Amino acid sequence: MIDVAAMPNLTPVLAEIMLTAGAMLLLMFGVFTGERSTPTVTGMAVALLAGAVLVVALGEGTSVTFGGAFISDAFSRFMKIATLVASAVAIAMAVGYARNERFERFEYPVLIVLATTGMMMMISANDLISLYLGLEMQSLAAYVVAAIHRDSVRSTESGLKYFVLGSLASGMLLYGASLVYGFTGHTNFEAIAQALVDGRSVGLVIGLVFVLAGLAFKISAVPFHMWTPDVYEGAPTPVTAFFAAAPKLAAVALMVRVTIEAFGPVTADWQQVVSFVAIASMLLGSFAAIGQTNIKRLMAYSSIGNVGYILVGLAAGTQAGVQGVVLYLVIYVVMTLGAFACILAMRRRDQMVEDIESLSGLARTQPFTAFMFAAILFSLAGIPPLAGFFAKYWVFLAAIEAHLYGLAVIGVLSSVVGAYYYLRIVKLMYFDEPLVTFERMPAELKTVSALSGAFLLVFVLFAAPLVEAAAVAARSLF
Amino acid sequence: MYSAIVFLPLFGAIIAGLISLAGAAARHPGGSPAHGAEDHATDSFAPRHRGVHAPAHHGAAIAHPHHEPHAESDAAHGGHGPGAAEIVTSAFLVICAVLSWIAFFRVGANTGEAFTVPVLRWIESGALAAGWALRVDTLTAVMLVVVTTVSALVHVYSIGYMSHDPHRPRFFAYLSLFTFAMLMLVTADNLVQMFFGWEGVGLASYLLIGFWYHRPSANAAAMKAFIVNRVGDFGFALGVFGVFVLFGSVEFSSIFANTQAVAEGGEVGLRIFGSVFTGEGALTVVCLLLFMGAMGKSAQVPLHTWLPDAMEGPTPVSALIHAATMVTAGVFMVARLSPLFEHAPDALIVVTVVGAITAFFAATVGLVQNDIKRVIAYSTCSQLGYMFVALGLGAYSVAIFHLFTHAFFKALLFLGAGSVIHAVSDEQDMRRMGGLRRVIPVTYAMMLVGTLALTGFPFTAGYYSKDAIIEAAYAGHTTAAGLAFVLTVVAAAFTSFYSWRLVFMTFHGKPRASAEVMEHAHESASVMLIPLYVLAAGALLAGIAFSGLFIGEAQEGFWKGALFFGPENEILEEMHHAPFWVGISPFVAMVLGFLVALWFYILSPDTPRRIGEQHEGLYRFLLNKWYFDELYDFLFVRPVMALGRFLWKRGDGWLIDGFGPDGVSARVLDVTRNVVKLQTGYVYHYAFAMLIGVAILVTWMMFAG
Repeated sequence: MIDVAAMPNLTPVLAEIMLTAGAMLLLMFGVFTGERSTPTVTGMAVALLAGAVLVVALGEGTSVTFGGAFISDAFSRFMKIATLVASAVAIAMAVGYARNERFERFEYPVLIVLATTGMMMMISANDLISLYLGLEMQSLAAYVVAAIHRDSVRSTESGLKYFVLGSLASGMLLYGASLVYGFTGHTNFEAIAQALVDGRSVGLVIGLVFVLAGLAFKISAVPFHMWTPDVYEGAPTPVTAFFAAAPKLAAVALMVRVTIEAFGPVTADWQQVVSFVAIASMLLGSFAAIGQTNIKRLMAYSSIGNVGYILVGLAAGTQAGVQGVVLYLVIYVVMTLGAFACILAMRRRDQMVEDIESLSGLARTQPFTAFMFAAILFSLAGIPPLAGFFAKYWVFLAAIEAHLYGLAVIGVLSSVVGAYYYLRIVKLMYFDEPLVTFERMPAELKTVSALSGAFLLVFVLFAAPLVEAAAVAARSLF
Repeated sequence: MYSAIVFLPLFGAIIAGLISLAGAAARHPGGSPAHGAEDHATDSFAPRHRGVHAPAHHGAAIAHPHHEPHAESDAAHGGHGPGAAEIVTSAFLVICAVLSWIAFFRVGANTGEAFTVPVLRWIESGALAAGWALRVDTLTAVMLVVVTTVSALVHVYSIGYMSHDPHRPRFFAYLSLFTFAMLMLVTADNLVQMFFGWEGVGLASYLLIGFWYHRPSANAAAMKAFIVNRVGDFGFALGVFGVFVLFGSVEFSSIFANTQAVAEGGEVGLRIFGSVFTGEGALTVVCLLLFMGAMGKSAQVPLHTWLPDAMEGPTPVSALIHAATMVTAGVFMVARLSPLFEHAPDALIVVTVVGAITAFFAATVGLVQNDIKRVIAYSTCSQLGYMFVALGLGAYSVAIFHLFTHAFFKALLFLGAGSVIHAVSDEQDMRRMGGLRRVIPVTYAMMLVGTLALTGFPFTAGYYSKDAIIEAAYAGHTTAAGLAFVLTVVAAAFTSFYSWRLVFMTFHGKPRASAEVMEHAHESASVMLIPLYVLAAGALLAGIAFSGLFIGEAQEGFWKGALFFGPENEILEEMHHAPFWVGISPFVAMVLGFLVALWFYILSPDTPRRIGEQHEGLYRFLLNKWYFDELYDFLFVRPVMALGRFLWKRGDGWLIDGFGPDGVSARVLDVTRNVVKLQTGYVYHYAFAMLIGVAILVTWMMFAG
């Protein structure tokens, strides 16, 4: 007998409630004060996210609520903090852009907060229903944010593409979820896992493939990646920065939880799917990026490739693999945000520049930016002793320990190909003649790129606490 | 004292090298931050001075390395730096030369055995132990005198000759480095140390031939010298290895002590391509390999081709390295290893034949050359052939004596030629000289002395040494000796002809140079002339003064076993009993050569051209140096270049690059091009891709699972 009237335990969802309420309040504030409230709303949104970080950090142990649909554990807390920080940084990075490009919309921070709420629900989802709720909440906000530059054709086009394809992916996910429910009789992850212990049917495998396809769309893994380059290029750059960072964290976290918690007994099945997607993503990310001339498209392929490496860790299906995934995600987000801080600084005479060639000779015109960007790019290329090297090292190590040698070899080879386009940018910045002179870098971007570069450079010395936290997070899933 | 003789030039080289580096830093301010501030101050004082003069200077160095020596003093533009380098190195060398003469008389008069001055332990690896020590005996003392004296004179001469070159410190650093390496070679106590000096002089020679590195021809000549010597050095190195195999040591003293035992058939043999050599056969193999090194260094046929080209270097270099010292290293080495060669009679026959052929060959080529330095270069080549003839006959002391006297008159001739070239604005072609004897009378006189000595005019140095070689050749018992006798006598006539031809074409007749050049022609500065006087004195008197010691009655007390003569080697005794006509034959040959030259170039200047036209083929053959360069070009250079080009274009470019880096990157780009094409921008394509992806995965899972 379920006591319907009983109040569910709200302590684990405190942060989500806080964000939702805060977002509503900010929206009201914005509506009543008008466009000039944007700086205030932005600041308050960042403060709200910071407060949520505190609330999340205070939680401990594992607790379940809403009839087992929502879970708060070490893994969720780790990923939530990372997501919140990434979202806050994305909001902060938009300040200068919004001022210069004259799109000061208070809706932007509010939408980001709402999307973040969705992401947190994704991270904590412990049931197919709550999974879908979180996913859609995040996605709907993201569709709007992609098209937020209403007057720009590229922006609206990208928003529309994202929406249409995202709907398709949601449909697949729902279809898969219904199949899973049909063949197991459960929506709760633990219950599904229980039902699978005694064996699985072909129908469940088909459902599994569809669920994974829907999630793969969110993390832009091949072959569900097609939207990524177009949306990254079309969306306003701060939005692209946001897309490349926080949602990846949430979606990968969700995927980890679904595969490990719900489909743990059928690891051998999803391992094949994830491996296939990982290989395809790594190869495509590396090869297609070489042909790009637009830095945002290049970053799109870069993120596709990185998702491939992350999935290598997941494919291992072990605790070490999950730990590698968690660490890779953190390092990837730091690199991506730093890189986008540098990309956002590419503007001259009231105009954003997205051409890779225009970075030529940056080392002479803006040595600081060039140095930070170079550090970030070296890290993305996986050059030791920068953080990006260790990220790759851990996931490949996990794959080798799980005897997935082919996966690791392909990963290393494609990262060699990938190194080419990262290093080409370094070469342009340091060895070519300057073509254009950019305007001075705004303070907030400078801060972000400096923090990112510093993190990547000294990671090798101070990695221990982060590695320990990631180990705790990974352990909570097993 | 011996350490001082050997190492002072090294210190000089280092000091001059440092000055040169500092000078280079000063020429390119900013290169070295430490000097930057200082130079800046200088620059701001006289920016125009530096900016304009230095490059102009540079140009002058290339086109006219020594134009008008006394027009400007060093201090006017160079500052104290270059001057210091010259003074330090020259002073050190003069000190060395004085010490060497003291050592020479001390060792010569001394009755004791040879002794060694240990310097340091060097290589000790298993049975191989090579220390660093200075072996001092009469042979070393003679070489010390020759090397340091000529080197000191050349240093002093170069102060004048190179006064307009902006890179003087570098030049003097190289000269002193060379001298150090040469001294290392002649004082070597073991074969490894000797090889060190051997390679050191090769390096210095390379650096000095290519001193004017702006000239492609100089670079080519430097490389040619280095590469041709590499061939010889390869043999030398193999010879050293062979000695180590046979004797288990590279120390001279232990080698010489065991030669007899090894020659009689020791336990160890040399296995070469399946056949085993023991005893005398093994020694012959080793000696031939060592002689191969000597052939390279001493420019013997067929490894002689680098020497004429080496004349691209500054003339003082030609005098020091390519006449007096380095090229005689081969002669010295064979003499030093006389105990080995004495036990390998077959090797000695080869030495004789190669020497005789070289003496004859180089003399014939010298007949028709028009470049004043090349004539002297071929003359050197020929005279080295004489020395090897003497060595091959077992008359080691005669060879060393000729080496000794030759150093004086050949250095004199080269430095005189340098003075001539200096006088006529860097013209080296004798066809554009003539009538210079009135313009530069002192140089003329010096060249006459050198020529007399070279051709063996009675009582000059060459008369004693060269005639002794010819007599020894007559006294030899082998067929090779007979051949050597004929060839050396003929070569003596040729020597006389080309030497006098040189004198007549350069100093006599009507001036063939342009009026402008003749107007500028002038006698050299005294800093250049004084070395000429000293060498002229040597060329005239060295024979009379030292023939008794070197090859005469006193020779046994003089050499004291530094040179080894086998028990049945009576050549020195027998050569004194040669018939009268043998003794007179070189003189007759000399007179004949002189008369023909007189007739051709003074009395009847049209004759040479007529004869040249009548014997067109022969003339071309000689003018093109028997087509050795062309032959080598065909035999070695082209095949090697073809092989290199094949490996480069096909092997590296096509195979490795094509299937390696280039091929892979091209395939990557192909893949990229195709992958990028997938991104059409149409939503329905994207949706299709997603559905296809799901379909593939579902199918796969259904059949795989």
